[in-house]
Amino acid sequence: MAEFVMPQLGADMTAGKLLRWRKNIGDRVQRGDIIADVETDKADIEVEIFASGVLDKFLVQPGEKVPVGTPLALLREEGVAILSAGTVSPLARAATAMAPLPAAVPTPVIVLPPPVVFPSPGRLHISPAARKLAEEQDIDPASLTGTGPAGRITLEDVQRAVQARTAAQEPPDRQTRMRQAIAAAMARSKREIPHYYLSTTVDMSRCVQWLAQENARRSIADRLLYGVLLLKAVALALRQVPELNSIWKEGKAVPSADVHVGVAVSLRGGGLVAPALHHTDQQSVGGLMKQFLDLVQRARAGSLRSSELSDPTITVTSLGEQGVETVFGIIYPPQVALVGFGKIAERPCCVDGQIVARPLITATLSADHRVSDGHRGGLFLAALDRLLQEPEKL
Amino acid sequence: MTTMTYREAIRAALRKALRDDSRVFLMGEDVGQYGGAFAVSHGLLAEFGPQRILDTPLSESAFLGAGIGAALGGLRPIVEIMTINFSLLAMDQILNNAATLRHMSGGQFHVPLVVRMASGGGRQLAAQHSHSLEGWYAHIPGIKALAPATVADAYGMLLAALQEDDPIFIFEHATLYPLEGEVDLSAAPADITKAAIRRPGRDVTLITYGGSMGITLQAADALARQGLEAEVIDLRTIRPLDTQTIVDSVAKTHHAVIVDEAWRTGSLAAEISARIMENAFDELDAPVARVCSAEVPMPYARHLEEATLPKAAEIVRAAEGMLAHHG
Repeated sequence: MAEFVMPQLGADMTAGKLLRWRKNIGDRVQRGDIIADVETDKADIEVEIFASGVLDKFLVQPGEKVPVGTPLALLREEGVAILSAGTVSPLARAATAMAPLPAAVPTPVIVLPPPVVFPSPGRLHISPAARKLAEEQDIDPASLTGTGPAGRITLEDVQRAVQARTAAQEPPDRQTRMRQAIAAAMARSKREIPHYYLSTTVDMSRCVQWLAQENARRSIADRLLYGVLLLKAVALALRQVPELNSIWKEGKAVPSADVHVGVAVSLRGGGLVAPALHHTDQQSVGGLMKQFLDLVQRARAGSLRSSELSDPTITVTSLGEQGVETVFGIIYPPQVALVGFGKIAERPCCVDGQIVARPLITATLSADHRVSDGHRGGLFLAALDRLLQEPEKL
Repeated sequence: MTTMTYREAIRAALRKALRDDSRVFLMGEDVGQYGGAFAVSHGLLAEFGPQRILDTPLSESAFLGAGIGAALGGLRPIVEIMTINFSLLAMDQILNNAATLRHMSGGQFHVPLVVRMASGGGRQLAAQHSHSLEGWYAHIPGIKALAPATVADAYGMLLAALQEDDPIFIFEHATLYPLEGEVDLSAAPADITKAAIRRPGRDVTLITYGGSMGITLQAADALARQGLEAEVIDLRTIRPLDTQTIVDSVAKTHHAVIVDEAWRTGSLAAEISARIMENAFDELDAPVARVCSAEVPMPYARHLEEATLPKAAEIVRAAEGMLAHHG
């Protein structure tokens, strides 16, 4: 059995298209007979056979384009039985698929000489791109270790150094960030706000007595602290001097429709926040107490809501627990006033010509002189005092 | 779009030029009766007759000179030289006449001559038929040199060449002739002022032209399997070089490998390397690498020829070498 293959009809021919068979199956052919027409890129060519025998089977049909070397037909010697279709060699079938010819020899392995490197002593071995970035980023290339070929400092080495520096510069802890935020706000306040300070001493006897009676009939969980009386009184006093309940915006004070007193809460790790008790003037003292406890707990757990941080229209800070007598607070911009309270202490005091012991507290007002004057501030403290003399109405 | 081979695309452009402009004619060895050594002009003699398709004697200097004369006389000749090695016989006409007449006449004369020739190895045609001397032509002021690497460029760049009023050389890598691809036969002549980015990438720029495009794209595929994205630039026009496209790419990738089938010493690859150094020195993160042919006359034996020519594996190794620290 012989194969008749697609011939290579020119050095650059890689494939050819069978146009037609000139012979039929069973025809006797002789070496030199033209048995097919093949189309190449150059021309249509009549193809001769280089063996003699009987055409047994066509493996490629006219119109098919196949690579050079693909068997096109099978030829048997005269007298041998006709081949059945199933016995065509799988190799011959596979070869008819239009596949690239296998390389005649495996690709030789070429070993390239290593690049010549001249590491001159004393001179930094760094790529130009790395040098450029180091200069832009103000990084000393001499401080870097090169990981490139022959220890060259590469662009990536500098990029890594830039990343490392950035990571080092980022304040990772919240503590530092909070300190920075407080610093910025307080510095701005003292730079921009012309503060004035007023203080008054308030007799807390009635509040203390009322609280004792009130707490006696409340369950332990519902008991009130005197602080909520102060908060409610501040909120109500603001109704009488509303300019203190303003927000400084674009060069002027805009009075707030609602009173949201911000309560300064010191945090365990240091620093403070002053979240809002919303609508302080409209809530009962019992309601305020619950809300206050919730707010303190959440402030210390770090789960305040954004509205609580952005809504306060004034801040109240009380440092009585620390034994402070008088607070001179710094206004938290863009608010325009801050009310401070010291401790309640029994002190001698003149009542109706008699020196008696009374529980007294010092209330202070820090106010923005661009927005209010001492006269109005004084009226506010007077109103506060009056309100604290009628605790049952708070 | 029509699918055809590189050789058919050149033939289609020749046919269009011959039909559209009666000043155009083709001459060269075996371009008529035989249909061209690489079958590019097959059938054109029958279609356009012996006045437009001229078989010439085996005398490159004579028929190249005749082409220059015809161009000076107002015709638009296309001269086919069988292989680039043979074109050396016409070098006197090319350098001393074609490239210089415009300059020496103070612009009074133009030589609108198109010269086409096959170049490159890979077909076991040995040391007198297989070299890549395109870089020699890219050295000459006064001519333009094109190296189409795709079927569309084979068509579009020939049409563009015919619009030039000064000599222009087209190098057709011989292994490209059977390459199949798509071409828009109604498209305008190609832009021959710009290189093309055949594959975008961020890690390394592979710069090549003509017959080396195939192995370069294979190398880019192999690099991609390792997670390295190579940008492949097809120069298309090798004189004048589109330096901007090269520099822009290197500024992005910071690494460059030049793939050039020519001999390394004094090559086009050397010129490109120098331009990168001149224009993008501060962008380089590694020395420019070159993958070129071994510096020997092209061997005949297949395994030696393969050993001589640039290979995809060498491009991959060169790129890996400069990107090694990324691993």
